[in-house]
Amino acid sequence: MFHFGGASCNNCDIEILDCLTPRYDLERFGILLVGSIRHADVLLVNGSINRRDKDRLIELYNQAPKPILVVAIGACGCTGGIFAEGNTFAGPVDKIIPVNAYIPGCPPKPEAIIAGIVKLVNNS
Amino acid sequence: MAASLFYFLVFPGLLFTAVAGGFLSWFDRKITASVQFRKGPPLLQPFYDFFKLLLVKETILPRQGSPLIFLFAPVFAVFGAAVAAVFILLPMFNITSGFKGDLLVIFYLLTIPSFSYVIGSLASGNPLAAVGGSREMKLIISYEMTFLLVIAGIILKASQNFDLYNIINIQQEGTPFIGSISGVILFIVGIFCIQAKLGLVPFDMAEAETEINSGAFIEYSGVPYALIKLTKYIMLFILPAFLIALLMSGFNLKGINILWAVLKLIGVVLLLTLIRNTNPRIKIKQAISFFMVWMNLFAIIAIVLAYFGY
Repeated sequence: MFHFGGASCNNCDIEILDCLTPRYDLERFGILLVGSIRHADVLLVNGSINRRDKDRLIELYNQAPKPILVVAIGACGCTGGIFAEGNTFAGPVDKIIPVNAYIPGCPPKPEAIIAGIVKLVNNS
Repeated sequence: MAASLFYFLVFPGLLFTAVAGGFLSWFDRKITASVQFRKGPPLLQPFYDFFKLLLVKETILPRQGSPLIFLFAPVFAVFGAAVAAVFILLPMFNITSGFKGDLLVIFYLLTIPSFSYVIGSLASGNPLAAVGGSREMKLIISYEMTFLLVIAGIILKASQNFDLYNIINIQQEGTPFIGSISGVILFIVGIFCIQAKLGLVPFDMAEAETEINSGAFIEYSGVPYALIKLTKYIMLFILPAFLIALLMSGFNLKGINILWAVLKLIGVVLLLTLIRNTNPRIKIKQAISFFMVWMNLFAIIAIVLAYFGY
C-alpha cells in the first residue's frame, strides 16, 4: 500500500494513518505501508488533485508495477468535493488514472477505509 | 550428483529453508504485532507475499543503471544463501556428504547475500539506493571482523577444530559452549552480528523505510524483489541455526529432542525480534563504533577467557 497525498486538508491523511495504528491494525489483512511505489499493490489517493499534483500522480502511476489497484479516498478524491469548481482543480482522480474503488466521506471513517480495501481484496 | 542436487534444492537447501524461514518471518511479524498490541498477519502471509511478487507483479527496470547486474544480483543472493544453508544444515542434521563442514567456507558464503544487495542497489541508478548501498557496505565492514572473531573464539573453545561436525559433536558429548562465561559473551556478540546481517532494526540503516524508502531495494519490483524476499526468509532461518550450531550444541533429532531443537530456534528468533522491537535505528557511524570498538573488545575478552579455560 502506497499513500499519495494530493492537496489534501490532512483530515483524510490522519484517518489513513489511523488505519495503521494498533486499534485498527491493517496488518491483520497482511497490509503494510511501503515507502517505495515499486513495492506497492494498492495506491491510495486522497485530497483534491490540482494541476501540479496531476503530473506527479500520472508519473507515479506509470512507475508502479502493474497490476496495481487505485483507491480514491474522501470526497475530494472521489468527486472533487468543495474544490470541484476551483480554478486550480485538475479533475477528480478517475479523470486522471483508472480507479478501482471509491471511499467517500469527509473524512471517511477508518472502518470505512478498511471495509473498502477488504472488499477490493476479496473481489480481485 | 542426484544426491547433491537433492541436498541443494530440496531438503536442507532451498525449499526446506525457504518454507521454514517463511514461517519464522510470520513469527517475527506476529511477535512484533503483539509487542505493539496488534493482532498481526495471517499465518501464510509471507508465502502470499512471495508468490504475489513472483507470479503476478510486473518487473520494472530502471532506465539509468545496469539492467543485467540489477537483475542478477538477487539471483546471486539466493544462491549464496541456499549454498550457505546446505553447508550449515548438513552438519546440523548429521548427514555425511563430501563436505567436511569448514567454518571459513560458511563464513564467506554468508557474506554473499549482503554483497549482492550492495551490487544490486548500486546498479539501480537511484540516489536513495546508492545511499542504502553505501550504508550496507559500511555495515559489512564493521560487523564481518566481529563475526570472524566470534568464530575464532568458537574454534579456540573446540580445541582448534575447524569443522562444524566436530564442533557439534564436542558440544553434544560435553556441555554446550554457552554454558561458560566466554560462551555467554560470544553469544551476545553473535546475536548482535546476526541482527546486523539480517538488517533488523538497530542496524537497518541500509533499508531505513521511513528515511530513505527501503534504500537498497527501492527500485526492485516483481520477480527480483521476490528473490530478495526469499533470501531474507532463508537468512532468517540459517543465521540463528548457525549460532545454535556454534554455541548451543546444534540440533539433536532423536525423538522428543526435535521439540527441543525447534524451541531453541524459536528462542533465538524471539530474542532477535525483541531486540528489534525495543530499539531505535542508530546512525551508521554509531554502528561502526559499536562493532569496531565495543563488540570487538567483548569478543577479544571472550577469546582470552576461553584461552584460560573459562
